[in-house]
Amino acid sequence: MPELSALGVALGALTAAALLAALLRGRVLALVYPVCAAAAGLIAIVDLTVLLGGGDLKAALPIGLPAIGLHLRLDALSAFFGIVVNGGIVAASVYGMGLDADHDLTPRVEPLFPLFAAAMNLVLVADDAYAFLLSWELMSLASWALVLARHTDPESQRAAHLYLVMAAIGTAALLFAFGGLAGPAGGYAFDTIRAHHPAPLVAALILTAALVGCGSKGGLVPLHAWLPLAHPAAPSHVSALMSGVMTKVAIYGFVRIALDLLGPPSWWWALPPIVLGAVSAVLGLLYAVLDRDLKRVLAYSTIENVGVIFVALGLALAFRANGKNEAAAVAMAAGLLHVLNHSWFKSLLFLGAGAILHATGRRDLEGLGGLIHRMPRTAFFCLVGALAISALPPLNGFVSEWLLFQAVIAAPELPQPALQFASPAVGAMLALAAALAAACFVRVYGIAFLGRPRSLEAANAHDVPLIQQAALGGLALLCVLGGLLGSVLTWAIAPVLRALVDGALPAGDGPTPLSLVAFDPARSIYDAPILALFITISSLATAFIVHRVSERRTRRAPAWDCGFPDPSPATQYTAASFAQPLRRVYGALAFSARDTVEMPPPGDLRPARLSVVLVDHLWRIFYTAPGRMVLAVSLRLNVLQFLTIRRYLVLMFGALVILLSIAAVTT
Amino acid sequence: MTGHDMTGSLLVQFLAQGVQMTLVLLISPLAVGVVRRVKAVLMRRQGAPLLQAYRDLVKLVRKEAIVAESASWLFRTAPYLIFALTWVAAALVPSFASGLMFNWAADVVALVALLGAARALLALAGMDVGTSFGGIGSSREMMIATLAEPAMMLIVLTLAIAAGTTRLAGVADFFIAQPFAVRVSMALSLIALLIVALAENARIPVDNPITHLELTMVHEAMVLEYSGRHLALIESASHLKLVLYFSLLVCLFAPFGMAPAAAGLAGWLVGLLAWIAKIMLCAALLGVWEVSIAKMRVFRLPDFLGIAFVFGFIAILLAFLSRGVLA
Repeated sequence: MPELSALGVALGALTAAALLAALLRGRVLALVYPVCAAAAGLIAIVDLTVLLGGGDLKAALPIGLPAIGLHLRLDALSAFFGIVVNGGIVAASVYGMGLDADHDLTPRVEPLFPLFAAAMNLVLVADDAYAFLLSWELMSLASWALVLARHTDPESQRAAHLYLVMAAIGTAALLFAFGGLAGPAGGYAFDTIRAHHPAPLVAALILTAALVGCGSKGGLVPLHAWLPLAHPAAPSHVSALMSGVMTKVAIYGFVRIALDLLGPPSWWWALPPIVLGAVSAVLGLLYAVLDRDLKRVLAYSTIENVGVIFVALGLALAFRANGKNEAAAVAMAAGLLHVLNHSWFKSLLFLGAGAILHATGRRDLEGLGGLIHRMPRTAFFCLVGALAISALPPLNGFVSEWLLFQAVIAAPELPQPALQFASPAVGAMLALAAALAAACFVRVYGIAFLGRPRSLEAANAHDVPLIQQAALGGLALLCVLGGLLGSVLTWAIAPVLRALVDGALPAGDGPTPLSLVAFDPARSIYDAPILALFITISSLATAFIVHRVSERRTRRAPAWDCGFPDPSPATQYTAASFAQPLRRVYGALAFSARDTVEMPPPGDLRPARLSVVLVDHLWRIFYTAPGRMVLAVSLRLNVLQFLTIRRYLVLMFGALVILLSIAAVTT
Repeated sequence: MTGHDMTGSLLVQFLAQGVQMTLVLLISPLAVGVVRRVKAVLMRRQGAPLLQAYRDLVKLVRKEAIVAESASWLFRTAPYLIFALTWVAAALVPSFASGLMFNWAADVVALVALLGAARALLALAGMDVGTSFGGIGSSREMMIATLAEPAMMLIVLTLAIAAGTTRLAGVADFFIAQPFAVRVSMALSLIALLIVALAENARIPVDNPITHLELTMVHEAMVLEYSGRHLALIESASHLKLVLYFSLLVCLFAPFGMAPAAAGLAGWLVGLLAWIAKIMLCAALLGVWEVSIAKMRVFRLPDFLGIAFVFGFIAILLAFLSRGVLA
């Protein structure tokens, strides 16, 4: 099969690029990126043919576990996620081609980039637990090493350390999940797993383990803490991959386990992803809206988007369990399209952050401003990304948001009271998250690109090389097209929907061929092309008429500012001041935010100080406390390191006796 | 009702839609004039004439536009986009007839999002010049939006669940067909929608449209740097938004008189008269409301809008639980 050999060639090219780059130094490292772009593009084409053409690709390699081998398979689901992943890799690689060959290339990044890309692709095509876990670990380690790219920076070290711990916990959980799936017989091939349905209690354990394993990689609250540290620590094009793409591989893992391998769902499987997803969606944005580091804001917003996707998956599970396949298809389409859309706009925004970092050397929002004048193209593309991520029509973020709300509206059809109570609450939280996203990205864009420059670096910024602008522009175009052609995308993912939830969206039933229809044309229609057409026509017509009838003179003058313009850019609103109302409204509840004003007494020459205290309760509860416990336990167990041989023998004997007696009791 | 039935008379539908869009645009300054007139009469002031809002727009269009030196292209293009987005959003709300073309092009979720897009652009434009007032306005506007938008979304989801469709025309048809009955979830939605409408249109007690007192203004602070034709567009967009919310309120809670999809010209004429009367009544009521209440401090707003959110939430919860009865 030509597709299979193309896939092999592409993966081989990525591996070869990684190996060669590890041996070489200097400017030749730059060749890694064209190779990655070409290989990922090739895989994306293969994925597209598999998704649209139907037939799965299968291969078995003789390496791997004895008597099992290594199974690879590319089905519709893998192909869809493959398009997401490889689209992101192509964009990041094209951006990488614009890196300064003399300054930016290091042997710490370029060899690992293709390895990371290959590992993500391998996770998607793995068809047995061993191949899956092996490539999953490869992906974790490659990205971990990329986080450590600036290895002397203490912040990177801390981020990498936390990431390593979380990745280890995640993989351990997945190991457990696959152990449960394989059952006592130990059938690790996915086909064997599919044929065997675990008991409800085992299924619950597997689902929990899958949520921990995939949630920790994707950034589901409360396993999110490493994302805002690790994603920004890597070079920006790698951040784009980690945030825009690797989180999608995590979601793939969850979809594969919960909707494919685990067998027919029970309704209560839906609750954990829905609840955790909704909490992630709101909390992720509350973190984001209060942070002042550009890349960290983007990483926090990934937590939100992953939360939204998990809500969609949970709803799909709930509908599927109740046999409402049409509604399940709507929810699943919302989730999958959000996977695709998020990979586009998050990659775009991370690459945009990289462009800003390159142009100004700053990530701190408080030092930026006015970049729209000095980086006009980047600013335009990032505007598209910022509006798309805020789920505003007619861009792509809104399409998945719209489908998700349609799924929420269908939730009263669910018979279980728990889901009936959870669904409106989730709808409310999603609406809150959407509104917060708009606030967050108006803030980020307004502070970074608009206004006047807040630092010398921002004032002297220059736009990035053309090829990097092209990467941004391509993604921005996808955000626009994805918004207009939502119906085409739902048509394209129909094989995935059929495979996962045995349902489909009504296609071609709408008033125009490009109408996106949920359930029934009489029920819900969103026709983005018509809407966009009318917005364009009415704005152009307005512009034309206004320019005809109005006084056309335009005068440039100093800002009015209510009559007291201040020449200093320091008088502008800052990122902190923009967030202040939101901090007062939401921060007190979520982070116990307290503002304290320290006023020196009259006669004292010290300046007055305003300090803000935010408490990260999640960190306190889920990280500090267990960390202390682990430390305390290991201190207690430390004595075990210094025993005599005699005592060790006694211990071993005791352990053996206990294990044997357990075995005797259970059999 | 769906596209299939209407493709035959596409041209008529297109024209009807055009008439509706023009009407909404033309009537919106009058509605604002009515609000101001009622306020003036109640305060025993002389007040501006009823048609002052039209004169203001004409005056603004005739003046030269002054653009701050630090403004970018965003500042100059935003007014056109904001106007267009609001106008298209206004076209989505059934006014005198429920079967117009746009009623199937996008639904109520899209309507909320279109208004959100216009707001985001306005907030960005407010930050573009780089003044402290622009920032204050944008920051507060987005804070208010994070409270009002979820409430709004809950309301529309409640109505959609009750009517079994998210198309506004379908919702309106459902309420026309239903015998009048007081339902708790509808009553709560109405209160919540009224609060949201006040917030979204920057009316008292959330914001004061006539103030230029620095510390309290929200909407006016954002548009402080605008002048000439740009300001005219922004003003017109906010007039449109007011009529949009009036139309939404009457279409959902007082749809009587609205022409159904298949009504002929006579039906449309009756619907038109009823709609204009209802819009003017809403405007008068808003005027009465605004003179009888004081503006709130900015940080009291979360409590006020929180009421809308909680009412919206209770309403959707009731709608979820009682769907069997309603549908």
